[in-house]
Amino acid sequence: MTLTQQRKLKTLLVGLASWCVALLLFFPIFWMFITSFKTELQAISVPPQLFFEPTLENFTVVQERSDYLKHAWNSVVTSFGATILALIIAIPAAYSMAFFPGKRTKDILLWMLSTKMLPAVGVLVPIYILSRDYGLLDSKLGLVIIFTLMNLPIIVWMLFSYFKDLPKEILEAARMDGATPWDEMIKVVLPLSVGGIASTGLLSIVLCWNEAFWSLNLTASEAAPLTAMIASYSSPEGLFWAKLSAASTLACAPIVIFGWFCQKQLVQGLTFGAVK
Amino acid sequence: MKSLTKTAIACAVTLATFNTFAETQITVATVNNGHMIEMQKLTPEFEKQNPDIKVKWVTLEEGVLRQNVTQDIANGSGLYDVMTIGMYEAPIWGERGWLEPIDTSGSYDVKDILPSIRGGLSYDGTMFASPFYGESSMVMYRKDLAEKAGVTISDRDSWEHIRDAAAAMNDPDNGIYGICLRGKAGWGDNMAFLSAMANSFGARWFDMDWKPQLTSDEWKNAVSFYVDLLDNYGPPGASGNSFNENLALFNEGKCGMWIDATIAASFVTDPKQSKVADQVGFAQSPYAVTEKGANWLWSWALGIPAATNNADAAQKFVRWATSKEYIQLVGAKNGWGAVPTGTRQSTYDNPKFREAAVFAEAELKAINSANPNDSTLEPSPYVGVQFAAIPEFQAIGTTTGQMVSGALAGSLSVDKALESANRSADRQMRQAGYY
Repeated sequence: MTLTQQRKLKTLLVGLASWCVALLLFFPIFWMFITSFKTELQAISVPPQLFFEPTLENFTVVQERSDYLKHAWNSVVTSFGATILALIIAIPAAYSMAFFPGKRTKDILLWMLSTKMLPAVGVLVPIYILSRDYGLLDSKLGLVIIFTLMNLPIIVWMLFSYFKDLPKEILEAARMDGATPWDEMIKVVLPLSVGGIASTGLLSIVLCWNEAFWSLNLTASEAAPLTAMIASYSSPEGLFWAKLSAASTLACAPIVIFGWFCQKQLVQGLTFGAVK
Repeated sequence: MKSLTKTAIACAVTLATFNTFAETQITVATVNNGHMIEMQKLTPEFEKQNPDIKVKWVTLEEGVLRQNVTQDIANGSGLYDVMTIGMYEAPIWGERGWLEPIDTSGSYDVKDILPSIRGGLSYDGTMFASPFYGESSMVMYRKDLAEKAGVTISDRDSWEHIRDAAAAMNDPDNGIYGICLRGKAGWGDNMAFLSAMANSFGARWFDMDWKPQLTSDEWKNAVSFYVDLLDNYGPPGASGNSFNENLALFNEGKCGMWIDATIAASFVTDPKQSKVADQVGFAQSPYAVTEKGANWLWSWALGIPAATNNADAAQKFVRWATSKEYIQLVGAKNGWGAVPTGTRQSTYDNPKFREAAVFAEAELKAINSANPNDSTLEPSPYVGVQFAAIPEFQAIGTTTGQMVSGALAGSLSVDKALESANRSADRQMRQAGYY
């Protein structure tokens, strides 16, 4: 086998493996999507049906029973609100840690990350009581605060890694021109990091959109996002898979479309540092 | 003068507008069961009768609902004004003063509520939740398969007879299993079924000193019988099946028999959901050494948390949703086969309902035969048929359920499973200060 043939074979095998992984990851979403067009009886049939007469009945039921637009709006407000708030806090934090590290910077970063290792249920009762006392139960503001705190460690870490890779010479040049630390951050670091900030923000939006634990525990009728709407279709007594799939498809749709449009930005942001 | 008149008119209009829209909003938390969804759809009728009350709904998965309403009521958050609770929670929360007593005065016909259901939702004679629908357990079987196998199912058979019938109907090569039963671990899943079964074998959860009795011969006999039955004639993977999984199997025509909640009767006889709708027969839950406690008793009921700020509006809603008139409304709008059952004698007295629901007689008999205050052969200190209405039971029941599910999956023996469960229950009861 020649070197060219070996390379071709390697490319073929890597491509094949990538397709397998991609299909494996995509299969549950595909199955959810087609189940949403089945009747309840078709949804539970054994062996599972791949070919069937599709129906829109489940989507009609979801539209009748749930205020989809209200849930979607709550998801949008909490995801974007929490992401913006987290970025406002994380950008200066990551900037100071990347460019002006102290003795304990690494420890602080590790400590921040360690908070992600605490199971959320461990702090459910204190957070629930605090939310009750401050009138934040079933409010979008309450969820925004929780989502911000939840994603802050990851956002700080991502931005820190990104900022650290920026050439220090550019900042030194700016300093020579009389820039203050504030000017450096706003006029030099931020314009150079748009890709990284965008990809961090997108990741944060996706994480907030998919969050279910706090959404279910801290909301009721007013601030419940789409994840709470999905949960309402699970039934202890009665068939529900088709309707649940329809609700899930509707809940996933906005973020999938959003991700599709931002795909270029996301990939650019994630790979920018790698090829530098 | 002109400007004064204008101001007065503006004030009057503002006040009138304010009064028009001064409404009380109540939030109702519920599970996603068919009858509850119907109630949600019919809420405009209530709002029409009570224009000053607006109803908001929060529908949750059962486990999440339990967690949310427990958090809400224990912390006095007042997030919900009406909550869907079960027969397990009502007496415990009622005793602690977490629930408002239900207003049963005036036109609300409380005596029409089936006595066993009323008793299960009361503490010290006071009703703390009003039943929306009730259920017991019964045998649902395939008449065609029984006939083909040459077996008969009578009104109430022994467990031995049910086992023989399951053996006769079992045909795994053609995808038909003799019997489908709950196997999924959980105090409300496999242990609901198994507690009622164990009652009929003469077992009880606790003796009169609150000592767990899971290592008794009665429990061993019941669990061994259950494991053998499902091992030999049950579907594969039975340790993961609960109500919905078995409902799916039965509706697909894969179970000869299924013993579960009476509410399933309306699903398995519905041609839209079931492939065997016209072939289903009903019988009472089987017995071993006693019929006592063989049928379980449960009710999804509406309770009002003491922390609510809208108690009057909540009472009005609960009285409406659990009234005879509501059942008539559902009957008139959706047909008598769709009414919430298991709560009121008047429903079963109604000829239209008896005609529409082929399971009516069996269901009423099952509910009436269950007595949550006296469900075990030997005396026991607790209230409840398929559970013990004490706060510790959720954890004890779930741990026991996990052990039994393990025995069913073959990962440990029945004796070992019950010994471990008993040890864990003993520890919890000791820590809780029962002895």
